[in-house]
Amino acid sequence: MYWWLALVFIVLNFSVRAEDGRTPIPQHWSFKTPLGTFDKKELQRGFQVYKEVCAACHGINQLRFRELEKIGFTKDQVKALAASYTVKEEEDADEEERPGRPGDRVPSPFSSEKKAREANWGAYPVDLSLITKGRGQGPDYLYALLTGYEPCPKDVTLFEGRSYNPYFQGGQISMPPPLIDNIITYHDGTLATIPQMARDVTAFLSWVAEPELENRHEMGVKVLLFLLVLTGLFYGVYQALWKLVR
Amino acid sequence: MNNNKVVQWIDTRLPIFTFMRHALKEYPTPKNLNFLWNTGSLAGITLLIMIITGITLAMHYCPDPEDAFQSVERIMRDVNYGWLIRYIHMNGASFFFVLVYIHIFRGMYYGSYKSPRELLWILGVVIFLMMMATAFMGYVLPWGQMSFWGAKVITNLFSAIPIVGDTIVHWLLGGPTVGAPTLNRFFALHYLLPFGIVAIVCLHMVALHQFGSNNPSGVDPKHPSEQIPFHPYYTVKDLLGLSIYLFVFAFVVFFAPNFFGEPENYNPANSMVTPVHIVPEWYFLPFYAILRSIPSKLGGVMGMFGAVFVLFLLPWLDRSRVRSATFRPLYRPLFWVFVLNSIVLGWIGSQPPEGIYLIIGRGATAYYFFHFFVLLPLLSVIEKPLPVPDSITLYLDQKKRAV
Amino acid sequence: MLYKIIREHDMTKKQADQNVQSKERRDFLQLVTTAVGGVGAACALWPLIDSMNPAADTLAESTVDVDLRGIEPGQGKTVLWQGSPVFIRRRTPDEITYAQNMPMDTLLDPERDEARVKKPEWLVVVGVCTHLGCVPTGQKPTEPKGEYKGWLCPCHGSQFDISGRVCRGPAPTNLQVPPYVFLDDHTLKIGTNEA
Repeated sequence: MYWWLALVFIVLNFSVRAEDGRTPIPQHWSFKTPLGTFDKKELQRGFQVYKEVCAACHGINQLRFRELEKIGFTKDQVKALAASYTVKEEEDADEEERPGRPGDRVPSPFSSEKKAREANWGAYPVDLSLITKGRGQGPDYLYALLTGYEPCPKDVTLFEGRSYNPYFQGGQISMPPPLIDNIITYHDGTLATIPQMARDVTAFLSWVAEPELENRHEMGVKVLLFLLVLTGLFYGVYQALWKLVR
Repeated sequence: MNNNKVVQWIDTRLPIFTFMRHALKEYPTPKNLNFLWNTGSLAGITLLIMIITGITLAMHYCPDPEDAFQSVERIMRDVNYGWLIRYIHMNGASFFFVLVYIHIFRGMYYGSYKSPRELLWILGVVIFLMMMATAFMGYVLPWGQMSFWGAKVITNLFSAIPIVGDTIVHWLLGGPTVGAPTLNRFFALHYLLPFGIVAIVCLHMVALHQFGSNNPSGVDPKHPSEQIPFHPYYTVKDLLGLSIYLFVFAFVVFFAPNFFGEPENYNPANSMVTPVHIVPEWYFLPFYAILRSIPSKLGGVMGMFGAVFVLFLLPWLDRSRVRSATFRPLYRPLFWVFVLNSIVLGWIGSQPPEGIYLIIGRGATAYYFFHFFVLLPLLSVIEKPLPVPDSITLYLDQKKRAV
Repeated sequence: MLYKIIREHDMTKKQADQNVQSKERRDFLQLVTTAVGGVGAACALWPLIDSMNPAADTLAESTVDVDLRGIEPGQGKTVLWQGSPVFIRRRTPDEITYAQNMPMDTLLDPERDEARVKKPEWLVVVGVCTHLGCVPTGQKPTEPKGEYKGWLCPCHGSQFDISGRVCRGPAPTNLQVPPYVFLDDHTLKIGTNEA
């Protein structure tokens, strides 16, 4: 009976949270399963979407250029990429600007929240480094949001500069639909449809948020297997010993 | 006695080996303890895990609003195995509370708080209180949105105290609102308190060993044959429990590390924007529900603290001479109602305080105190306990026959 | 014969044998379990220990560019690289000759000057005494340089020549040469050997 109640508890929990915005439809992600890994090709495409579309307004400040080597870029590509950005020396009081190096963080498009709001009619394009961890049902939510723009229903009055997106809290989002078919040309020739780009960039941002994920899964399997064996052994010792008491 | 000369030399001067032999090896323990009796040692081990991972994290963490969030992310990304240590510490808090809640409910079911174990129980409640303070301050450290607003809401509770409330809040925060001084002192105290918990745990152990463990029958052991030495029987049983526990723990850490957490705390603290749903960590939810159910600021705060402090009085509220619920036909169902009521309170704590939730919450809050202040004293008078066996041996025979 | 019969009929003895057997099995199982558990505990310690090693961002490429313009022959410049001072010295022709002709038996850690520089004119060494880590004096014209025209450690009196080689103890080894590269005639990059 108590388990049944616990179940009710969980269901009610979700149904209430859903009022915040339409519940995202769960998608299949290669990295969501317990043994899941990232698809490097997908991540590279996702980085391209980020760089050519999102980066105009959103930062991924937690990421350092050198980490892009882990998703399949070469050392030289990373070096060239870093050098194409202008960064400010973090420790230098003179704030001298110089070309980026692989060890630098990816610079954000705006230097402060205030400047970001000024440039975006008061709205703040959040940093995307942790976006999939910082929203409930992270990757599903992000995918649903990117593909979920709809014509505004008749009974809703849109505020100026807002777009209608039922997945966003309150339904009115300051970000105009960012993806348009073929807005970018993929280096690997993949067709740049909206769902394709949304998938790729979501996967990429999931990696940015949890770069340890593959490591974690791999180590987890080993640890669990070990503990399974250990538990079996302890159970044997326990049974053999307690037979004497019983 | 050990034959090793060095051990003997030390033990004559500092009898730690004798002490350990008494406490961990010979310590006579009832032979009929079930697996619920594993929770104590497991909680102790979890405390150790928390302290070890905590010290490691403290080597990389910066308690400054400018750097705190960033330093935690640096631990997650750049520090070797930082993500592992942080996830262990983060989930360890939840697992610690799971164990302690089971431990507390076990004590309630088997009447472990009754004479002569009142002080043992009270020390346990002190540990529980210190854990809550430690967990709360620890949750503030990553300086995410929930950290910040949780700190703000909980410290503001003290403003409910008449006259001196605001002064106390300013003193706690070190400023007009949650800020750099708050974070810094929370870090200092979060580091300190666990060692205080260790000290109280030691006293808890001393009190435990005075009369030994209670057992499912609630009857004191009367014959040496009803007891077995702690080692190897219970050390092995505890290790088996530990292994299973670590399996579950590791599963969460490696495959669902954010299961207990709130996504909102991965957004950096912003003093200008309050998250839509402020919820404390799950282990505070029942108390949070009580706080919100009482429609007066001071009343809510008193209700919340009262809900914990009433546990101190439990040994004197329940006057029944029978310990184990097994022999208490009325208490047993009411115990389960109480457990259920606590779960309902937890669920209400996670919901917005409006409409039907508010009504359920008030009912559950009322029942919580009704259980302690009315039902328990009443039961002591009106309940007719089942015949209690004279010894553990008779109890076990009875059980065998029932099967 | 009689003994054998007795033994065959002695059930308690048989049971005792069984007990011995099961005890042996139990002991073996305990041994295996202890070993496996011990290995597990040791493995669990490693992440904690390794977390105290330098983190990825600390290890990641860290370089310092130095502008060499304005350093006259015989002068030096000290820059900070990875938390330690690096001595850069523009040596005069006399100093170069002196360093190159230093008799090897004067040196405690014999090493040829040519092996310690990329351009004889420029000496680049980490300015940390190899004894216990103090910063030797001698970079400024006013500071004592010791008897070998180089540096003198104020803590325990180690002396280094103008090639950073130790000539008098207690320092056991020469001043360390960091990885560096000349980007052009007047820019030096410390921390890497490749441009």
